[in-house]
Amino acid sequence: MVDALISHYNYWLIIILMMLGLYVVVSRGNLVKKIVGLNIFQTSVFLLYISLGKVSGGTAPILTGKPEAFSNPLPHVLILTAIVVGIATTALGLALVVRIRESYGTIEEDDILISERSQDASDINGSSA
Amino acid sequence: MNFIMPHLPVLQVAIPLIAAPICVLFTFGGHRKVAWLFTLAVSWVCFLIAGALLSRVLLDTDISYAIGNWPPPFGIEYRVDPINAFVLLIISGISAIALPFARLSVEKEIETDRHILFYTSYLLCLTGLLGVTITGDAFNIFVFLEISSLSTYVLIATGVRQDRRALTAAYNYLILGTIGATFFVIGIGLLYMVTGTLNIADLAERLQPLSDNRVVHAGFAFIVIGMGLKLALFPMHVWLPNAYTYAPSLVTVFLAATSTKVSVYVLLRFLFTVFGPSYDFVNLTFEFVLLPLAIVAMFAGSITAIFQTNAKRLFAYSSVAQLGYMMLGVALSNIPGLMATILHIFNHALMKGALFMALGCVMYRLGTVSLGSMKGLGRSMPWTMGALILGGLSLIGVPGTVGFISKWHLILGTLEAGFWPIAILIVASSLLAVIYIWKIVEVAYLEKEINQEKTLKEAPISMLAPLWVLVILNFYFGIDADLTTWVARNVAETFLGGES
Repeated sequence: MVDALISHYNYWLIIILMMLGLYVVVSRGNLVKKIVGLNIFQTSVFLLYISLGKVSGGTAPILTGKPEAFSNPLPHVLILTAIVVGIATTALGLALVVRIRESYGTIEEDDILISERSQDASDINGSSA
Repeated sequence: MNFIMPHLPVLQVAIPLIAAPICVLFTFGGHRKVAWLFTLAVSWVCFLIAGALLSRVLLDTDISYAIGNWPPPFGIEYRVDPINAFVLLIISGISAIALPFARLSVEKEIETDRHILFYTSYLLCLTGLLGVTITGDAFNIFVFLEISSLSTYVLIATGVRQDRRALTAAYNYLILGTIGATFFVIGIGLLYMVTGTLNIADLAERLQPLSDNRVVHAGFAFIVIGMGLKLALFPMHVWLPNAYTYAPSLVTVFLAATSTKVSVYVLLRFLFTVFGPSYDFVNLTFEFVLLPLAIVAMFAGSITAIFQTNAKRLFAYSSVAQLGYMMLGVALSNIPGLMATILHIFNHALMKGALFMALGCVMYRLGTVSLGSMKGLGRSMPWTMGALILGGLSLIGVPGTVGFISKWHLILGTLEAGFWPIAILIVASSLLAVIYIWKIVEVAYLEKEINQEKTLKEAPISMLAPLWVLVILNFYFGIDADLTTWVARNVAETFLGGES
């Protein structure tokens, strides 16, 4: 048990980070904090990919002519793409938060829900009148 | 032309991708109409390419295209076989039909200075959806999925001029969509960990001896959940109703008809090509996860739809129910069941496309789609409401419409699997559809018109024409289903080929 903990410590850390991020997304009502949680969640996946490319004793995959063990560069390259995607998602999410703040005057989920409920109610009353 | 033909698979994605930044250039000088014409032209080119690909695949063999001449499994492979050529045709076909409708609708619903950027996002969304479908590389699916998702969030948020709730809808979709895509990419990572490959065909081969591997099981679960979120499988559907309701009409038409279908396709690809029903854990997922969730979705979606007062939201919930039918077909995992799923991907695109387009016409004239404001609309907008009712009949599954064809195969599938009580449930949930369609009939035809002093005109012909094209297709493929059933049978047999 302890062995499994220590020899795979990177995966345990990744799992903890993943769950933390997901928990923040679900539990926080503040829209910016949700995006922070989402970032933590995504970062844990980056770490997952990066650590699975590691070959023990391996160096950077640069051809030097000497026989050496190389780390697998493919997951690292993949994750470059995923980082870009993560940045785009964060930027878009924050842009949406700015617009939400402009039209609702708040970025707390509960307050937004209250004002949306009243809007829903006025939709129904307005139509039946 | 001969030197273009072998490159059709990559052109299918590259053309809209390159077109998107070109479209931005129309901002200089503000050529809104040119941007629209350009998007329309690109859509039609994509449609023609998809048609050419489908005919080649059906008459000849599957196409494998190595990007940059790197041979698969090392390079990225674009692989075209009947199922994804069929989905490509649906995506680009809906786009080609919806764009003539788009100009007036966009003109009315979106701020004028945003139009060109709107069309740019639309092209990116099209690129993403086509890319997800055509690629034969698992990580590439994630990249294209995110391209289409990010542009989708933008497109939904442009509905803000009609209703500020478009912003929160887009935000919620962003959070859930990103979680879904990230789950998917975790799954891909876990599979890569044990197989060392990302190519789908290679993955399928290398997973064969690993069916007892715990990492493979975890990867499978992550992929199913991630795609379940993306395709709005029942308990993970919460983003869908608001996103469809507050998005601009064109976006709703396009998303409802294509985006969830693409996720269904990806799930099919993983369930049947990569894993396959010969694995025990896949079968268990069918029986204990997908089957019950699909049945709950059929009822929860339809029952919630009955109580809606906004027509767009009503059909959004009905989409949840329809996705339940598709997943039911998957869960049965026999030939008629899978045929029903594949047929329903096509048929549902036709009917939801027509229904949301009709609502787009209502939106254009009324500025709202709440049922209360649609009273007596059947008299002032007979063509629009006529189309809405005919689309509704197709949704119910009246014989002669496409809805009947897919439900027929679905019922055959349940009977073949020996689940006859589920066949009864399918009929019962169709009856629920009768109730919510009847609600619209009642409002539109039986109630007195409100504000009679204001003369409401029928929607313009450029919006009605594409709408009626879709309605006619609903009936055409309902009566002459040879082509679609042939494709569906072909695909279903390939998917289940290993088993029987």
